[in-house]
Amino acid sequence: MTSPVKALQLKTRIFTAIVVLTNVLGNSFLSRGMQSVGELLSFSPLPYIRALFNPWVAVGVSLLIVWLLSHMALLSWADLSYVLPMTSIAYVMVALVGRFLLHEQVSPARWVGVTLIMAGVTLVGHTAPRTHADRKQGTSA
Amino acid sequence: MKWILVSIIVLATTAGEVLQALGMRHHGEIHDFRPGALGRVASALAQSWHIMASIGAMAVSFFAFMSLISIADLSFAVPATAASYILETIFAKYLLKEHIGWKRWTGTLLVAGGVVLLALE
Repeated sequence: MTSPVKALQLKTRIFTAIVVLTNVLGNSFLSRGMQSVGELLSFSPLPYIRALFNPWVAVGVSLLIVWLLSHMALLSWADLSYVLPMTSIAYVMVALVGRFLLHEQVSPARWVGVTLIMAGVTLVGHTAPRTHADRKQGTSA
Repeated sequence: MKWILVSIIVLATTAGEVLQALGMRHHGEIHDFRPGALGRVASALAQSWHIMASIGAMAVSFFAFMSLISIADLSFAVPATAASYILETIFAKYLLKEHIGWKRWTGTLLVAGGVVLLALE
């Protein structure tokens, strides 16, 4: 058996990874889909509903639903001020996907940005995921 | 238009995530990931006004984001919304009463600075 602290840490790492991956993939599919849907600026819901029938948009939205649910689960035990910087590793992945899969130009300023985010994530990763003590135990323990 | 959408996204994201954190804290830690237990979690969360308001705010943010990426590149849209980082951390400290030590503050500022740099060409 692992200690409760270790178990919490492992659970937190796994859910952070799911949150990051579904976020990056979901946004990439959505972006790819929106390029074929075209400009979407409307106060009526109909054009948005029509956009959902685009297969890229549909896959993107499904991944973002998984993102929302795993993000909610993560916040049930971890601090918002922990989850927020940790999941920003998604920005680094967007830059890497842009550079190596889409062959976009990544400027020196952007590489500095990537480095700062990695440093920030490393620092926050060394703090306890939960600092707020008086939480109720889960109903499904 | 780009920056109006960015402002809507930042405000709606902050409201959505802070409300989500509040709602999930009220619910308590999820331990059991079997389908039946997750069903009970879902029905408990469906009765939480924090969670419902949070989903509403995130829907606003999502549709504004969809509009934004239909007129701007993803590599602009994602980093431009980084202002929500600072705003959310302030709410986490004063509203959610999280303990934010120097490591977490420094890390968060590094991340926010890095995200802004990503927005530059």
